[in-house]
Parts: sequence; structure tokens; C-alpha cells
Amino acid sequence: MVKIAGIEIELYEGGAGAPLLFLHSAQGFDASHEFVGLLAKDRRVIAPSHPGFGKSGLPDWVDSIDDLAHVYLELMGHLRLDRVDIVGCSVGGWIAADLATKIPERLRKLVLVAPVGVKTGPSDKLDIPDIFALPQEAVAKLLFHDPAKGRVDFASMSDEQLQIIVRNRESLALLAWEPYMHNPKLVHRLHRATMPTLFLRGASDGIVSAPYLERYAALLPNATISTIAAAGHAPQIEQPAEFTKTVLAFLDA
Amino acid sequence: MKAWHFSENAYPYLPPSDEFDSIRVTLPNRNYDPRKGAALYDRYLDEWLIAEAEGMDIMLNEHHQTATCVDPAAPLVLAALARLTSKARLLILGNPVANRRQPVRVAEEMAMVDILSKGRVEVGFVRGVPYEISAANSNPVRMNERQWEAMDLIVKAWTTHDGPFSHEGRFFHHRMVNIWPRPYQAPHPPIWVSTMSPSGAARVGEHGYIQATFLTGFDSTRAVYDGYRRGWRQAGLGNDVPVNRLAYAALVYTAPTEAEAYAGAEKLLWYITANKVAKQFMYPPGYMPLEAQAKQMRGAALDPHMGLLGKATVEKAIESGIMFAGTPDQVFKQIKKLYDHVGGFGHLLNMGQAGFLEHEETALGIRTFAREVYPRLKDAFADDVISGRD
Repeated sequence: MVKIAGIEIELYEGGAGAPLLFLHSAQGFDASHEFVGLLAKDRRVIAPSHPGFGKSGLPDWVDSIDDLAHVYLELMGHLRLDRVDIVGCSVGGWIAADLATKIPERLRKLVLVAPVGVKTGPSDKLDIPDIFALPQEAVAKLLFHDPAKGRVDFASMSDEQLQIIVRNRESLALLAWEPYMHNPKLVHRLHRATMPTLFLRGASDGIVSAPYLERYAALLPNATISTIAAAGHAPQIEQPAEFTKTVLAFLDA
Repeated sequence: MKAWHFSENAYPYLPPSDEFDSIRVTLPNRNYDPRKGAALYDRYLDEWLIAEAEGMDIMLNEHHQTATCVDPAAPLVLAALARLTSKARLLILGNPVANRRQPVRVAEEMAMVDILSKGRVEVGFVRGVPYEISAANSNPVRMNERQWEAMDLIVKAWTTHDGPFSHEGRFFHHRMVNIWPRPYQAPHPPIWVSTMSPSGAARVGEHGYIQATFLTGFDSTRAVYDGYRRGWRQAGLGNDVPVNRLAYAALVYTAPTEAEAYAGAEKLLWYITANKVAKQFMYPPGYMPLEAQAKQMRGAALDPHMGLLGKATVEKAIESGIMFAGTPDQVFKQIKKLYDHVGGFGHLLNMGQAGFLEHEETALGIRTFAREVYPRLKDAFADDVISGRD
């Protein structure tokens, strides 16, 4: 744990090499996931749990992605991270994109994995499906290429584990309820994110569509897109080897 | 004891329940026939007038995007009642202030109806059931905080008479609050809050507002009232909490014979059996405490009535204290049993119409209760008795 902006932040650090700030999705961060070890072979992986996620605190004043980005500005100062690479997944990608508009000069390269955060489609159609209004099974289908892999046996989990899952979902709602999964200002700021940026998406992702990702990437001056086969919204979980290979190839190029 | 006739203005003419996922939030309104709906409003208003004529008071509530309660703008019906009635107290329970973007507007609406009714309005505030979230697009996280900030702002708007004040709070901002009209009643209309949890009730108790609980049965109701008394005492309001601070809502059907009463009660159960709600709308994130949500994920049903969905019986409902039904004598005894168990309450909110309970049946239930049970309740349970004594 580290205290940042008055908040107790759960912080994972592993591996050695050039620093890589990993910003997790709404599922939270789990160091036992295979991709973490694979990234840590080449990089010093720094993975905070966002305020309200995992074991990190959540003060009353925090209720937006902008707030989280400000917390991470302080974390970067605390860890003396400069010219750092950031990999952000889903809502973590939104935080990363926000940071990229705030401090473009301090980020070296950016990987946005199925990021949310912008609204580019028509007002009468959600860019991101309303996961809070869908049955759990329907959400699982959108999230995973193979929903069976994503199935979690809640009955076998400890109270503490279950409460973290519940709290992560609650914090996601706090941050992304309205406007839903986006900040309307972000599209007008992303031109500042000039660093080389890779947009990554699982081919079967039902949350972040290919056209959404293309429109998102078009807002950044220096972005490319890559797709990972046989993966859904979390390619880092479903295809850890391919994911790591793609990310490191981009960062090392 | 005071008794209030309560109707949800239900629209029961629906397709078979296996043809839709949820009676709330998503059921398309093509299933609503405006002409039938207009006739229903006439009918339900008439039933409130019958209750008034029989000496009862009147309660209404608000829900959104649902056939169970077609009263999405309860202040409008309240305003109609203010002009149609002349002596009944009018309780709106309530305004879902955590889902309303402008608390000052709510203060204005309530003040206006208080004037229209010449001081007969009682203003309830509710957090709103989980399924209200989607209709309001309201963030389910930190709702309690929003509700209390809104309530405090509304009370201040009602009670400030020397020109504008400003409010820069956590959730609401207003630089020029100066409502016209101000309420008829001074300092303001009686305030009610509905809560189903002991901790929530404690906070209501701290303020001395009237605490209402809905269909909570024997033990949960006792716990809620204990919470209220705890809050009341901790806030230094005194040791004794009068029963008139506590209200209980139940399904109520009284008829001269047991057979008639049970037939009516059967129909009243529609309120519970028809409440088919898709799971994703029942458990929005942040609505419930983490521990409760974790239990739900393990498969526990958190809504105590969901277990009854589709299979409720009159006997079971009476046994669990969520329904009072039978002959006047039976109904009196059932109410007394709950009253004694929970430590007393001063207001009975009679849900006296639901589903296919026809007008004549509803009127019979109201009249039989008002003429043959209500006088006994008034005699047996005075308003100023101290609650919580065994």
C-alpha cells in the first residue's frame, strides 16, 4: 500500500526493466494472471488498484475518471516516473487516454486495450452496451470470446473476495454511470496525445466494437490498431501470450 | 391510530407474464391502452374519495416505467386530490429525491399542493426501489447521501422566509433559493421517510421524522423500529418515542364474511405475485451494502417478497405479517398481533387495491375496514402511546 493524494493505494510492483504503468480494467488487478508475469519478464510492471477497486481506498470526493487521472499524476510524481509507458485496459484505457491529454510529454508510448471513454456515435445509440441493464449471462457473452472461461464460481469465493468484486462493480458505476462510459470533453482533447499509441482489441469483443475503436484511434495523431484473435474484451486474460507479444513488440519497436 | 387508504394506480391488463422479462423498466408501453388507463385513474381517484368519506386519510406513491404503479408524477395526482377532497390528510410517500435532479423544484411542488389543500399535505421522501434507477438514469452509488442532502435543502427552502439563500453542496447547487409559495403549514408539512433497514431508520429517528416501513412483517419491522428509537434517543429527542412517529404498510382486505375477504385478498396478492422483475434491475451496483450484495451473489434472495413471487398465498401473507385479511374481527386481531410484536405503530398504510380487485370489491374492503375495524383500532391504540414497551 502507498498513500497518494490522501488515499491508501494498493500497489503491485514486479519485474525489472523500463517502467510500465499498468492500469487495470473494472475487473480489478490480479497479479496471478499470466500476462502479468509475462510482462514482468521484460519490464518493471507498476500496477496500482484504482481508488475504489481492490483494496484501495475511496474518498468521498472521488467520482470521476478525471479524479483518478489526478491521483495517478501524483503517483507518477511519487515514483519519479518520467517518459513512462502506460498500458490501460477498458476503463483503465480511459484513464490512460485522459492522462495522455494532461501530460503528453511525460508518456513515452501508450497501449489502449479495448478502451472506453469517448462518445463518437449517434445520440440515440449507446457506443458501449449498457452492461448494467443486461442479464449476467448476456454480459459474459459480450466480455469473452469463450464465456465458459470467464465463468466465476461465486459460491466458492471468500466473503472478502466477493466483496471486492461487488465493490469494483460499484466503483465502476460511480465513475461511468453518467455520461455512460465516456467523458464528452475527451474527444476535444485527444489531439494532444501525440505519443505513439497502439489500440488493441480482441476480435470477439462485444463491449468495444471495431468501428468504435477506429473512431477513437482517429482522434489521436499517432495511433495504430491491432486485433487479437480468439479474444473478447480482455485479450490480456484470454490470450496472454499473444497479448504480451503484441504489446512488447510495439513498446520495443 | 390513523389509517390511510393507499393505492398504486396499477394497470393490470397485461399479457401473460411468461411473455415478458420484467413488469418494470422494460415492458413496452404499447401494452398500455390510454383509454383504459384514463378509466382507471377515474376509478382510483373515486376510491380515494370513498376512503375520505369513510373517515380515512389518503396515501399515494410514485414509481416509474412500470405497470404496477402508473403514477410516475405523484405530485400531479396529489394536486388533483387536493381539489377533489376537503378533509382527508394527503400523504405522498413519496418523492424519490435521490432520483430528482432539482430538490428545490420538489420543495415548490409540495408547498404548492400544501396551499391548494389548505394545509393537508404530508410529505414523504423515499430513496426509491432499485428498479427506479434505470428510469431516472440515476447513479445508484451514494444515493443515501444525495437523498439526505436533498431533504435538508427542501426543508431549508420551506422554512426560509427572508429572501434568497444559497446552497453549494456535494450534489446540488443553487445560488438563489426563495420559493413561492411557501407551505401552508408552519413550519412545514409533516415529513415522512420510508426505510427498510435499522441503520436507515436510525437516521430518520435522529430527525424525528415519521418512519414508514413496507411489508416488512414481524421481525424486520421490530428491528427497523428499534433502529428508529435508537436514533431518536441518540439525537437527544428524549427517551420516549410516541407511536405516531411509526407507520406500517400492509395489504389489507376486510369483508363481512371470511369467504368474501379471502376472495378479495387473493386478488390483492397480485401486487406481490405480478412483480416480475429482471435480476439486473433488482440489484444495481451500490444500491445495497457490500455484505448484502456479496450474499446475493452467493444466491440469496435479498428482497424478502421475491420468495413469494408467483406462489404467495393469503395464509402465508397473513402469517408473515404483510397482509391483514378476513372479517373485521380477524383483521383487528391480526393487526393487534403485529402491533404488539413490533412495539406499536401509529399509522396503518392500507394497501387496499391491487391488480384485478374491482371497484365494488375495493369499495367494500374500504368501507368494511373503515366502519368495523378502524373505530376499534382508534380505541385500542391511542396516538400518543409510547412505542417499544413490551
